[in-house]
Amino acid sequence: MINDKPQSIWSQVDWLTIGLYIALMLFGWLSICGASYSFGDNDLFSLDTRSGMQILWIGTSICLGFVILMMDSRFFDTFSFIIYGVLLLLLFATIFNPHDIKGSHSWLVIGPLRLQPAEFGKFATALALAKLMSTYGYNIQRWKDFAAACAVVLVPMLCIVGQRETGSALVYLTFFLMFYREGMPGSILFTGVAMVLYFVVGIKYEGIMLFDTPTSVGKFVVLLLVQLFVAGMVYNYVHNRKHTNTIIGYSLVLTTIAILFDVYVIPFDVTWVQLGMCLALFLYLLYHGLRTRLPQYFFILAFAVGSVVFFYSADYVLNNVMEPHQRVRINVLLGLDEDLAGAGYNVHQSEIAIGSGGLKGKGFLNGTQTKLKFVPEQDTDFIFCTVGEEEGFIGSAGVLLLFLVLILRLLALAERQPFAFGRIYGYCVASVFLFHVFINVGMVLGLTPVIGIPLPFFSYGGSSLWGFTILLFIFLSIDAKRNMLKA
Amino acid sequence: MSNYNLEKRRYVIAFVATAIVVVYIVRLFTLQLLSDDYKKNADSNAFLKKIEYPSRGAIYDRNGRLLVYNQPAYDIMVVMNEAKGRIDTLEFCHALGITKEFFIKRMNDIKDYSKNPGYSRFTQQLFMSQLPSEEFSFFQEKIFRFPGFYVQQRSIRQYQSKVGAHILGDVAEVSPYDIEEDSYYQPGDYIGKLGVEKSYEKQLRGEKGVQILLRDARGRIQGKYMDGKYDRKPIAGKDLTLAIDEKLQALGERLMEGKIGSIVALDPRTGEVLCMVSAPSYDPRIMVGRARAKNHRALAKDAWKPLLNRSIMGMYPPGSTFKTSQALTYMTEGIITPGTAFPCNHGFYYRGLHVGCHSHAAPIALVDAISTSCNSYFCWGLYYMIGNRSKYKTPYNAMNTWRDYMVSMGFGYKLGIDLPGEKRGMIPNADYYDRNYRGSWNGLTIISISIGQGEVTLTPLQIANLGATIANRGYYYRPHVVRKVQGEPLDTMYTHRHYTMASRRAYDYVVAGMRSSALKGTCKALSRLPFEACGKTGTAQNHGRDHSVFMGFAPMNNPKIAIAVYVENGGWGADFGVPIGGLMMEQYLTGKLSPAAEAQADAMQARRIGYGPRFSQK
Repeated sequence: MINDKPQSIWSQVDWLTIGLYIALMLFGWLSICGASYSFGDNDLFSLDTRSGMQILWIGTSICLGFVILMMDSRFFDTFSFIIYGVLLLLLFATIFNPHDIKGSHSWLVIGPLRLQPAEFGKFATALALAKLMSTYGYNIQRWKDFAAACAVVLVPMLCIVGQRETGSALVYLTFFLMFYREGMPGSILFTGVAMVLYFVVGIKYEGIMLFDTPTSVGKFVVLLLVQLFVAGMVYNYVHNRKHTNTIIGYSLVLTTIAILFDVYVIPFDVTWVQLGMCLALFLYLLYHGLRTRLPQYFFILAFAVGSVVFFYSADYVLNNVMEPHQRVRINVLLGLDEDLAGAGYNVHQSEIAIGSGGLKGKGFLNGTQTKLKFVPEQDTDFIFCTVGEEEGFIGSAGVLLLFLVLILRLLALAERQPFAFGRIYGYCVASVFLFHVFINVGMVLGLTPVIGIPLPFFSYGGSSLWGFTILLFIFLSIDAKRNMLKA
Repeated sequence: MSNYNLEKRRYVIAFVATAIVVVYIVRLFTLQLLSDDYKKNADSNAFLKKIEYPSRGAIYDRNGRLLVYNQPAYDIMVVMNEAKGRIDTLEFCHALGITKEFFIKRMNDIKDYSKNPGYSRFTQQLFMSQLPSEEFSFFQEKIFRFPGFYVQQRSIRQYQSKVGAHILGDVAEVSPYDIEEDSYYQPGDYIGKLGVEKSYEKQLRGEKGVQILLRDARGRIQGKYMDGKYDRKPIAGKDLTLAIDEKLQALGERLMEGKIGSIVALDPRTGEVLCMVSAPSYDPRIMVGRARAKNHRALAKDAWKPLLNRSIMGMYPPGSTFKTSQALTYMTEGIITPGTAFPCNHGFYYRGLHVGCHSHAAPIALVDAISTSCNSYFCWGLYYMIGNRSKYKTPYNAMNTWRDYMVSMGFGYKLGIDLPGEKRGMIPNADYYDRNYRGSWNGLTIISISIGQGEVTLTPLQIANLGATIANRGYYYRPHVVRKVQGEPLDTMYTHRHYTMASRRAYDYVVAGMRSSALKGTCKALSRLPFEACGKTGTAQNHGRDHSVFMGFAPMNNPKIAIAVYVENGGWGADFGVPIGGLMMEQYLTGKLSPAAEAQADAMQARRIGYGPRFSQK
């Protein structure tokens, strides 16, 4: 080995990731064939069809990846803020773009090309974050530094919300996962996730009644969650097993008794029992806080009170303050109203499509369910339906595992970076993929709200494929040259 | 927190990712392997979305006579995946009475994405549309031999008589543009294209229903999906009752045979359109089914433009019928009094300007001026109004006051009738003249607008509406051809009175003038009628022969009908306009024509005006 000569990039690049990348794209292409195919005579490679166009996108993506690998990795470090600035300008300009495609202004039309700048905003934001947070003396636990990082995330988000693409904007929240790795207190992340959970669960299941009694499942579950979360926090921050057990014990026993009474004796609204238990919990925490003088108890109390207040005020704002059309928009985002013909029809159809796949699926191009246009957006946001229907449990579980391996591999690669810049960027990449898979597959399976974001490497479309390719290959390029920079 | 602690966080993140994937795989497991619901219909079972079409609303005339109804027709549908290679082409073509070439071409067209964008080999595609019952019954006997072919029952419009084509309109298959505009439509659906079929499309069409059926691998229907939980029943369209009197409409179309022009009759008490004739017309029955496209093309090529609804789209100089509106304006503004008389020496002579007039006694006052239709009188009126600086300061203000009066009478803007394509006509304002005469104009420059010539144009509907405002002595209702939509109250915009700016007293004198005209003036042919008719003729000058115009209403007290007749190149108003108007009023008010009138109607029907060839000889 001659050490002063730069090692060949081909010996340094992570072939496992590239292999996963290629495999996912091929799988994606097969699914697009299935989703857009409809008659025996049509040519899968013709540019008139989406399957043919996707080949074009895949080909250009691979070229793009190659170019990025060949670039000097210091380029990204040096130009990260400039790239971020340019993308911000583009995102901002797109708000005012006159092309209205399906009610969204997020498409930039340049001649025959239609680009969605939001897809490219992700890598630019990741680069800017990596650059900002790897500067000497940066400490995310200082609120000023933390605020700067948040601003870098929020500005592109606002632009994308302005383009009426709330779904794409939400993706940027995934960077908080990276903040967590870089030292943001875990309680912030936990509180954020808890609030989203309260909101989504509370609103989505508000109208559903528990066993036909006057208890709203949404409110009931949220209040129960508050108690369980508090128990978990007591265990985690105060390390008091006894108190944890007391809370969980009382909570579960009383809830069970209340429900049994509700179902078998006199139907009443169990929510009141839950609310009463939450109040008792506040007093319990206050008592222990005053007794032990441990500040943790007060923080947990604040969390508990905040949770209940947040939930009830969100409920109040939604039902009493908002205009009907704003409420509809939120309901659509939560997947309550995504279909005018009847609540949950689309998700129901996509569940049927997946369910009809069985163990082995109906075979390539043999899915009937997706072709009958029952499933909306079947080659973009709902592409996972086709995988489920044509490739069955084996295929769809396999795809999920491939994504899992990719994400875990990216985490491992991130951890082996010698510099914070590479590590931070790597975590950003992994977080973006995780978020996309989480939301997209979850919505197709009827588990998460219907938020229209693509499944990486699967959903049809040039912008998203290019965006993900750039995101991934910048990281691979940085990773491949990690040892050169060390020297 | 130490750095080591942070590094441990990678495991938290990895754990989260793994947990999500595990939860999703468990969910997939329950959906795909455990759930019974989906398993039952697994493999190649598929859904068939069967659209159930509602029946389109019927259309009746004001007396409850059926005008438009539905008749069953049959669309032949094909599912390519099932039909492929399984039918005897020759036998099939014989059963449908088509050629083999047609069959091959049709099948290729269906598969062609550029011609049939929604194509799928698993769903029904339209093979042939609107097969009438006779042809269909032959095919139906053999349909079991043609797997993959299905029948979709549809209905096509049928017209009871040949009248009212412009009002009724027609339906045709939706265009790609329609589908883009309203997602309710799918290729092959019908949509109203003209007339009330278009303007009341939403009420007439009803709402499509859908049945979701389960099919097995061979395409056999296995039953309803989830016992019809997601099915929707079609909701029938609503019936329309028109304000049109079919008999009156038929008489109007008969009288206008061989002429170009229009008749519009309104009920001044409600604004209902009693008849709306646009000549030349066409038989609506030819615009039905598969012949529609061919016939529509032929009509579009016709030099007389029968597709144009001249009653609302034709913008004509109103001629002397417009003088009534002038009398109302001058008198309300105090420019003239009923006693004011102006000289007329075979016309209006002033500073070298000359507007001709026929010979009559002079000078005359308002009632006689209307009765004899004296041009000079109204020219003087406008001249004094525009030149009245003490009242208006400038001709600019005077002109705009004049314009406001005209607009208040329903001119210059669309009246807002419930038919598509209405035109607004033209009422000039001061800015218009400032532009065209570079600010240098006065009452003399524009004098011809006072006799309904020059820049002024109205639609026949607006002329009829002028008759309605005079009949009502000062207000009108927005004209509408639909009297009632089944199960819906009449829109309040049709029950709101629009008041003109002219005074009640002015109307009384104008009515007297129009009555005098019917008794001894230009419309004296109306004096034979068994009711007190009021009228005003018009003889509108244009590049060719004069247009013959009539505007009137009857009876004078308690009017029930206001009418406008416009015959292009008909010459004197008294020549075509008055007799046609008289016959129409007689028909409507007495319910029939007297024998003498019947003979007059036959003669009018036979009269022809030389407009030149209808079809170019290219």
